[in-house]
Amino acid sequence: MKQQSLKQGSKKLKYAPLYLLMIPGIVYLLINNYLPMLGIFIAFKNINFTKGIFGSEWIGFQNFKYLFQTSDAYIITRNTILYNAVFIVLGTIFAIAFAILLNEIKKKVLSRFYQSVIVLPHLISFVVVGYLAYAGLSLETGFMNKTVLPLLGIDPISWYTEPKYWPFILTIIHLWKSIGFSCIIFLASIISIDTEYYEAATLDGASKWAQIRSITIPLITPVIVMLTLLGIGRIFYSDFGLFYQVPMNAGFISDTTSVIDTYVYKGLMVSGDMGMASAAGVYQSIVGFILVLGANLLVRRFSKDNALF
Amino acid sequence: MINESKAMKWISNLVLGLFSAACLIPFALLIIASFSSEESIVRQGYTFFPEAFSLKAYEYLWQHQLELGRAYGITILITTVGTAVSLAITSMLAYPLSRRDMPLNRFWTFIVFFTMLFNGGLVPTYLVYTQIFDIKNTLFGLLLPGLLMNGFNILLVRTFFLTSIPPALIDAASIDGAGEIKIFYRIILPLSMPIMATIGLFQAIAYWNDWFNGLIYITDTRMFGIQTILTKMVMDIQFLTSNSNAAGVNAGAAIAELPSTSVRMAIAAIGVLPILIAYPFFQKYFVKGITIGAVK
Repeated sequence: MKQQSLKQGSKKLKYAPLYLLMIPGIVYLLINNYLPMLGIFIAFKNINFTKGIFGSEWIGFQNFKYLFQTSDAYIITRNTILYNAVFIVLGTIFAIAFAILLNEIKKKVLSRFYQSVIVLPHLISFVVVGYLAYAGLSLETGFMNKTVLPLLGIDPISWYTEPKYWPFILTIIHLWKSIGFSCIIFLASIISIDTEYYEAATLDGASKWAQIRSITIPLITPVIVMLTLLGIGRIFYSDFGLFYQVPMNAGFISDTTSVIDTYVYKGLMVSGDMGMASAAGVYQSIVGFILVLGANLLVRRFSKDNALF
Repeated sequence: MINESKAMKWISNLVLGLFSAACLIPFALLIIASFSSEESIVRQGYTFFPEAFSLKAYEYLWQHQLELGRAYGITILITTVGTAVSLAITSMLAYPLSRRDMPLNRFWTFIVFFTMLFNGGLVPTYLVYTQIFDIKNTLFGLLLPGLLMNGFNILLVRTFFLTSIPPALIDAASIDGAGEIKIFYRIILPLSMPIMATIGLFQAIAYWNDWFNGLIYITDTRMFGIQTILTKMVMDIQFLTSNSNAAGVNAGAAIAELPSTSVRMAIAAIGVLPILIAYPFFQKYFVKGITIGAVK
């Protein structure tokens, strides 16, 4: 008995250095990730800073009631989901198509050139992307209004006040920024396909298109499924930079550019409506969580290996 | 057969060539605009062939070298410190998690993993950092929130440790009398350079490009990094000018003479230039890094 407990004691000590290594990381996770999770109760309070967060009174679901009574809730939910759905579908199709084309280029120098260039937009901050968009779309000085539209004989368009163009603009910019990165991911999985499949298919006289359809696509399906479901799991979140920096916060177009993330930010930093902001945040976190769980359940059905947990 | 594969090559080159051009051309426009004279931008708009070139925008930046230099310094400082600390704490947490023999291993892995599924949202995070830790208008505001470490990177590094480092190596070192910490930094880390380079690049780019923390946690102009200046300038081109009142410059006249459109582009240009210059050197690692990240 005594020996055993001694042994256990020394075993615990043996691992003490490992625990020591973990401390800074765990402390950071506690502060950055876990403390804010506890803060979700803010959504159920009427925050009054003179009374402090803990002294403020509980008001139950009042904040949520206000949120869902406004048309904001509908608009931001619709925009968030529609944009993400379009991004997932188009992003995946384009990225796979580009990856297949990129794989056809056998000259190493050329292939490497394309690979580096198409990833470039991914490396640039959204502030700079916002500036690039402005150089293209500004009413008085934009490239579109000053060079492209006159060539086509079209009158200048006031892009930053016309909501109807923004679903297209934001989609194009999103694709421009993200395709290169996901293309490389798909390329990586295409490269890992055994070349013997293609050699055999070529001997059998299969056309390129037939090879793509019956070899490439089926073999990269696990990666496609996984990335798509990850995207679905994150469908309640959006790239804040895209929706904040690129439309330059222009009020006229908010019908088609505001998403949950920008709404929460505005509630917190601009209008100071912390109750609504945190209610929207909780709505986002909890629905997001359910969607991740649901997406994972779906992946498990398809194949256990691709499931996250 | 041969024709078909030739046609495919043509299509590939055409499509990828066009997309590559679409990726590069906006940067060209940005840089040309920063070298254009203010009058030609007003008349022609942003164009690839301005009537008149001018160094006015850069002269203006040079006059404001104090503010811009400080902003650059802050961005460089945050990027280096953030990346270094991030690499240290990420690997230090990931290594024990990769040791399946460690007690409570699964519990701690779940603690890390759960942060990828659920979060408190912006409002509670903001309140934690401003009310409890009071990092508003400090460099910690740029360094800490959100960026320092994330669950995805930890799991990536852990997977690397699990798959690329043979457990026998650890046992052997342990028999030779090396302690756990010595094993970690004398054996594990030197063998993990590929993943460290990958995570390091991801982190360095995240810190260099971050404007969100600046927007949320920084209101003191002396604490602005380069991306924060760009963010604030979208709305307020006079930012730099109003900031230099102390130098005795007549603000009204200065604003009137401000080459505002080209200056915007010049600051954006110096904001991306370091990445554009450094990218060819780390491109090899970056593409490899994405590939490592893709293979679960």
